[in-house]
Amino acid sequence: MNEANPVFARIQADIDANPVVLFMKGTPVFPQCGFSAQVVQVLSLLGVKFKAFDILADDELRQGIKEFSNWPTIPQLYVKGEFIGGCDIVREMYQSGELGKLLRDKGIEAQAAA
Amino acid sequence: MRIATLIQARLTEALAPTRLEIIDDSARHVGHAGARPGGESHFRLVIVAAAFEGRSRLERQRLVYAALGDLMAGEIHALALTTSSPSEAAAP
Repeated sequence: MNEANPVFARIQADIDANPVVLFMKGTPVFPQCGFSAQVVQVLSLLGVKFKAFDILADDELRQGIKEFSNWPTIPQLYVKGEFIGGCDIVREMYQSGELGKLLRDKGIEAQAAA
Repeated sequence: MRIATLIQARLTEALAPTRLEIIDDSARHVGHAGARPGGESHFRLVIVAAAFEGRSRLERQRLVYAALGDLMAGEIHALALTTSSPSEAAAP
């Protein structure tokens, strides 16, 4: 990981301090992008508590998170400090039941997929 | 050059897909942040490639993003990906 970017330390602290972290456009109540909204919906269906960061409200984070994760798109989901993926991956993992299992395996309360 | 043509050229060169569908979803996002006049900002791709065999979802999408390179930081505002290996695509 490139240590040169000062925002990386902040991102690392955030994903260390919160078991489930979503970097998104807008807020869980008012998502500003359909892909972010879909991930919020999946987490809600699983009954998972998560910490959301609105990258539209933070320019440094907006660029920094893409470099930190080596991933060019938003949203981005982290579980216990591990990068899980964006909207396509989260949706596929939810539909197959993998996401619920991964969360429970990591000790996070989650409902089974319907 | 049209963005879809660039996407097709770069993915064909990098991944030699056996199936590649490029769907321009831009019309559904008119007026939305990142949408441009003329479309070609929001895409959905369906890719079947042997290069995906044995790779995780993250690794597959990283291969696609790497192949698209600077398009991801510029012309392409949104990209939804469905990635399969030939054996997965053949499965019922």
